[in-house]
Amino acid sequence: MILWGRMRKLAFGLAPLSAALLLSGCDWAVLNPKGPIADGNSTLLVDSVAIMLVIVVPTIVATLAAAWWYRASNARAHYLPDFEYSGQLELIVWAIPLLTIMLLGGVTWIGAHDLDPAVPIVSKEEPLNIQVVSLDWKWLFIYPDQHVASVDRLVVPAGVPIRFALTSGSVMTAFFVPQLGSMIYTMNRMTTHLNLLADDPGTFRGLATQISGDGFASMHFEVVAKTAPEFYDWLGQTRATGDELTPERYIELSKQSVVPAPFTFRAVADGLFDKILDQTLPPGPGPIAETNSGAAARMGK
Amino acid sequence: MTAFQAGAGYSDGRREEARRPAAIALDHSDPESKRIIVGFGFWIFLLSDIIMFSAFFATYAVLSGETAGGPSGKDLFDLHNVAIETACLLLSSFTCGLAAIGARAHNGLMYYGGMAATGVLGLGFLAIEIHEFVGLIAQGAGPTRSAFLSAFFTLVGCHGVHVTLGILWLLTMIAQVFAKGYRADILRRVLCFALFWHTLDIIWVAIFTVVYLFGAGA
Amino acid sequence: MFGKLTWGAIPFDQPIPLFAGAIVIVVIVGVLAFITIKGWIPYLWSEWVTSVDHKHIGIMYVTLAAVMLIRGFIDAIMMRSQQAIAFQSQGYLPPEHYNQIFSAHGTIMIFFVAMPFVIGLMNFVLPLQLGVRDVAFPTLNSVSFWLTATGVLLVNISLVVGEFSKTGWLPFPPLSELAYSPGVGVDYYLWGVQIAGVGTLMTGVNFVTTILKIHAPGVTYMRMPVFCWTSLATNLLIVAAFPVLTATLAMLTLDRYLGFHFFTNEAGGNVMMFMNLIWIWGHPEVYILVLPAFGVFSEVVSTFSRKPLFGYRSMVMATMAICIIAYTVWLHHFFTMGAGPNVNAVFGIASMIIAVPTGVKIFNWLFTMYGGRIVYATPMLWSVGFMVTFVIGGLTGVLVAVVPADFMLHNSLFQVAHFHNVIIGGVLFGMFAGYTYWFPKAFGFRLHEGWGKAAFWCWFIGFYLAFMPLYVVGLMGMTRRMQHYDVPEWRPWLLVAELGAVTVLAGILCQVMQLVVSIRHREELRDVTGDPWMGRSLEWSTASPPPAFNFAVLPVVEDRDDYWRRQRLAERGLGPTAEPVYKAIEMPRNSPTGFICAFFASFGGFGMIWQIWWLVIVAIVGAFATFVVFAWRDRTEYEIPAEEVARIDRANRRARGEAVANAEALT
Repeated sequence: MILWGRMRKLAFGLAPLSAALLLSGCDWAVLNPKGPIADGNSTLLVDSVAIMLVIVVPTIVATLAAAWWYRASNARAHYLPDFEYSGQLELIVWAIPLLTIMLLGGVTWIGAHDLDPAVPIVSKEEPLNIQVVSLDWKWLFIYPDQHVASVDRLVVPAGVPIRFALTSGSVMTAFFVPQLGSMIYTMNRMTTHLNLLADDPGTFRGLATQISGDGFASMHFEVVAKTAPEFYDWLGQTRATGDELTPERYIELSKQSVVPAPFTFRAVADGLFDKILDQTLPPGPGPIAETNSGAAARMGK
Repeated sequence: MTAFQAGAGYSDGRREEARRPAAIALDHSDPESKRIIVGFGFWIFLLSDIIMFSAFFATYAVLSGETAGGPSGKDLFDLHNVAIETACLLLSSFTCGLAAIGARAHNGLMYYGGMAATGVLGLGFLAIEIHEFVGLIAQGAGPTRSAFLSAFFTLVGCHGVHVTLGILWLLTMIAQVFAKGYRADILRRVLCFALFWHTLDIIWVAIFTVVYLFGAGA
Repeated sequence: MFGKLTWGAIPFDQPIPLFAGAIVIVVIVGVLAFITIKGWIPYLWSEWVTSVDHKHIGIMYVTLAAVMLIRGFIDAIMMRSQQAIAFQSQGYLPPEHYNQIFSAHGTIMIFFVAMPFVIGLMNFVLPLQLGVRDVAFPTLNSVSFWLTATGVLLVNISLVVGEFSKTGWLPFPPLSELAYSPGVGVDYYLWGVQIAGVGTLMTGVNFVTTILKIHAPGVTYMRMPVFCWTSLATNLLIVAAFPVLTATLAMLTLDRYLGFHFFTNEAGGNVMMFMNLIWIWGHPEVYILVLPAFGVFSEVVSTFSRKPLFGYRSMVMATMAICIIAYTVWLHHFFTMGAGPNVNAVFGIASMIIAVPTGVKIFNWLFTMYGGRIVYATPMLWSVGFMVTFVIGGLTGVLVAVVPADFMLHNSLFQVAHFHNVIIGGVLFGMFAGYTYWFPKAFGFRLHEGWGKAAFWCWFIGFYLAFMPLYVVGLMGMTRRMQHYDVPEWRPWLLVAELGAVTVLAGILCQVMQLVVSIRHREELRDVTGDPWMGRSLEWSTASPPPAFNFAVLPVVEDRDDYWRRQRLAERGLGPTAEPVYKAIEMPRNSPTGFICAFFASFGGFGMIWQIWWLVIVAIVGAFATFVVFAWRDRTEYEIPAEEVARIDRANRRARGEAVANAEALT
């Protein structure tokens, strides 16, 4: 009883703290979608949790209730030492999870088909093609139709479906913009596909979600959705400044390094993405042995 | 009362007394059941080994087209050699069976003869396989040439390593019977060896079908 | 001469591993010196190191797991501290370090804490519950243990000599290939896990044979305790899954050592092949870990509720269903690899289906408690804590089986929270319940209840504090394995998580105190009867600790919970009082084979890692020679004469009879 009272005090003490924590960051990115794909994914997520809570909460309550009521010191509880089988209960016990799973299974089947990353987004707007190359430790975004490229910042027009073709210029990693939608792996020699759309202008966080080496934590990038005029402005500026992304420049870029700030290329060599894909341009080299002999020896060189 | 009620601790002692037999003293099991235990355990191990081979088979199947511009199975496989290898192994399974019968019957001629023949045929298989591997490497089709060749060398090579270990085991079993006679535990080991050898034969059938016949025909 | 090994491999320029390594070496040398001075080496060699007794091997497994739990937890608290500090800063662990720490944490916790704990408990309990004297292949059992110890040794040596893998606990290529991980780190991982994996596979073969073929008379399959059923399912999974791990790691090893191209970027290697293969092993692995915990809970809940387990048949069917379905869901670990909606959805649905038998088990434990008279000893606390916690973990698991939800949550801290939820709430709570439940049987005295309860509450509260914030921060878009971050919203949650880790540390300290206090006060905590909990299954009919031969006379069993039934009869003076007929018992002789094999395996593994080829050859030849020497033994068993058996058994029966009489006198 004393323990119960103390626990109640603890719970009351924690409540305002937890409320403060919960309300402080309303940027629950996954639950704060800014595009139809993310919206679809997060709706399914929330709905699935709600369906399951209907089962789980009563189960937890029943567990705690049974654990409390049937304690040995409770003289009022009935002792039923040969209650070890009941056909009816068995039926219910198998049926409840089965029916829940059937429901969720249907939800999953439909959701997996509707929200598959490779499914193009239906829209009146012409889609924008973007080719994504993950490198160590930065993101290269090529605009094949506009012949420009950008590193660590993806600028797109709002309201326009973006068709991504992704590959890796080194190790396997994954591309993720939580507020716009699904993540997808990038693998060398293979193309994966993703379709996203930003409803409104804004800036969103993007990151890599599969460990890719020492600079992994730096593989975050910005996604900036602009209005159409602003986007064309940006294109114009990009074409006017910066280097050209030639094969040699790409090879330089593919070496292991962390880029301090995003930058752009005013022109991109033709078919660069395909050359990366078929390994005409080889995958990025791994770590080059350091001059520090200790580190090198530790690496077994 | 039902068995469940009795199991739950309610009982009328008399029925319990009448039902329960006198305590029986049972100690170690007789030789027959030890053979079953060892044989069963070894079967389970063989099944696990087959699963390991399955992983190599699956990898081979996925990577068989990845020749990286290099030679494919059609260019490389000599079905002639494969036929001889297969004959060696199948025949060695037969002689292994003879050896196992000889061991059970305590017949030295059958046992030692069978084991020797099995060993010779096994070595013959290995010789042909090593010759094939060396030849492939010499013509630039070694395991580092492409993913297909990596998978080929590993799958077929893993089988070859098993055959090598089998021959080492065979020699040990010959030595054991020679030194200690047809003791019960040694006979159990001969049984396990025979199971192992036959399993390798079955895996070889899968290999020459999936790797060589499919590969050469593709 | 020494391959790639040079003095530079020792991290003289890195204070943290140098300091940690120095402490470990001092402790090990200190312990060894203490043991030697006290003259315990001959005893330890003959009774423990060379033992083929399943009870001793089980205790050694659990001890190994407990020690490695400390090492793995230190890694965890280092990670939590780094993430608490490294907001817009590099923290105190540079990435090349941090990446090794989370990789070591996962590798150690799965392979060298959870697996040995689970195998240790099964080792100790199974033959006792089946009413027999030992497992099917006792010497093989010893080999399995010592090979696992080899894996532990290799992984820990990497702290001081060289480096560890930086790829995470599963070495996904191409990051784990030589091009992107040129050091010895991945090699340490590969050889440590590969060698331990061979040991585990041998255990699987051993236990499947034991459970299916070695029973006391009358112990039919449908009379075995549920712990035996879950152990059967576990070991069938081991036999079916570990060979795939062996093959996959071998392929990666061939890539790294001989330039093969299974998973490289060049020459046609296929990364997706690795993902499929490793998870074909990886998913059954987690069921290998949790099924024995389910078995423990079945035993503990029914014992402490004073009722038979509800729905025995259902539990058996659910266990075997989990066993089979576990093998059909692996792709849910990489929905985001882009396999297409049909494939993704099928695997998602299969993953949900496995929640059905699991849910059935939870309900059956609930109905076992219903109508019971529950005594809240520490094992029962762990069980109720499990039921509440595991259900939440199961919810989040089914959630990430919903494919589009996984598209948002894969590899995030939400996923990390999910699997810790089920592994800690399921596996670890189960192991702690089993440890406190069977400790008196193993050592003859109970563990101190007060410290046990304190440990439970610290772990329980600490777990929630540490991992509920990770669900939140995963929903905020934070991915796993981040060495630093710059999103301010994430920080408060990571601070709470750090507090949770500290609370768990308090729990671990309570457990250490519990052990120390229990040993000090072991006479007051002594278990004289062999049955401190009013148990239901056969292990409670033996003395605590059981004699080497377990049962003087193999029990003849007539029903489930047969021991409980006979005890209740005995208490009312009904039941056999006549002494059984004693016969001589033959037991397997101890053997140093396991230890010597592992000795060679350790040197062989180390030689492979550092490419010291002559050492590898010596090790292989030595291991083969060990087998041959073992095979050349003439005497494999020793006999315990009937008089000795009688003497031991009479003493036990007298002690048990006196204790029962004393207890009755008090009531």
